[in-house]
Parts: sequence; structure tokens; C-alpha cells
Amino acid sequence: MFEGWVRNQNDGREVERLEYEVYEPLAIIEGEKVLDEAQQRFPHINAVCVHRSGLLDIGECAVWVGVSAAHRDEAFKACRFIIDEIKTRLPIWKKEHYVDGDSGWVNCERCANVNHRHTDPGKQGN
Amino acid sequence: MKTITIRYFAVFREHAGVGEESLSLDASTAMDVYHQTQERHGSKEPVGHCKVAINDVMADWSSAVDDGDTVLLFPPVAGG
Repeated sequence: MFEGWVRNQNDGREVERLEYEVYEPLAIIEGEKVLDEAQQRFPHINAVCVHRSGLLDIGECAVWVGVSAAHRDEAFKACRFIIDEIKTRLPIWKKEHYVDGDSGWVNCERCANVNHRHTDPGKQGN
Repeated sequence: MKTITIRYFAVFREHAGVGEESLSLDASTAMDVYHQTQERHGSKEPVGHCKVAINDVMADWSSAVDDGDTVLLFPPVAGG
């Protein structure tokens, strides 16, 4: 089993909350492909996965992967495969809202477009 | 020229200021669409970090686009 929890910091920055955006139609299709591929790689497993969307606070669980297998080695390997594929393939995006009022999309270049607000509208940074 | 509907997500939507728009483009591939829209909206995400879908099917940047298609531009993903 793997659980991804919302941490209060990332890359040295204090995080206040996370905002997940999911393009559901393709997240489900790609997600099911990942589970099918896991089943082919690790034939004797059963696996399920859940990924949340929207605003999540610190300490909330964002993603959960459960795998049952005859032996732990196969279970852990399948679990690792699934979460790694989810993180790199599914159309899911994560915006970090920082304590200092700034926010930014994970894995994206720091916004190059100057004419859009970068500060969380709900909190005026100084 | 082809009329193509483009859907933006996450940081792309923020740069475009809209989630979707229809444009008349001289484009043959998804890559053409990407470059023309990125110039239009000023995004700087390396295309290799991004993904694309056409009519709700994951595609490659070399995939052909046709008149009336919907191209979904996905910035770098960050699930988990």
C-alpha cells in the first residue's frame, strides 16, 4: 500500500495547501491502462488506486494505491510501478499554495508570462 | 487553414486566460498547434515536458490534426 499525504513544505518552501486539477476522462482511461499494465507485469496481483482532486489541506491523503499479492516482493514492486506511472502519465496537475501568499504549479517553469497574477488572490503577499 | 478547438489546463489556462478557444490555424500536427498557441499566450514550457490529446485520446506531438479537431494541451503533469 502507498499513501501520498500533503506535506507542509516542498523544495524548501512552506506549503499551506495543495490544489489538484484533474482532467478526469483521460485520468481514468490512463489510470486503468496503468493498472492493466501492472497486472501484466505482476500477474498474481490485485490493485486499486484512488487520486483526489481539488483543494487539500496539510496532512490530507491525496493518493492511495493498494496492491494484494501472494508475496510482498511482488506487491511492493507493483505498488511502486503504479504510483510512478500515475505521477508521470496521468493528466493531473498540482498547484502549491505557499504560506507567503505565492503559488505555483509543480513541475512547471516559474511563470514566464508576467501579465498574469501569481499571488494567491485570497492572500496579498508583501 | 483549419478551425481547431484548443483546451488549456492548469498553468496553460492561466497563461491563456481561457480554458478553451477555437482558432483558425495553419497547422498539420499537434506540435504546430502547440507552438502557435504558446507564442500567442507566452508559455515557456518545454514541449518535451508536456503532453497532448486529440479528441480525448492521448496522442503524440507528431499526430496529425484535422479541421474540427479538439486539441487538449497538457502542461507538465504532477499527480501523486
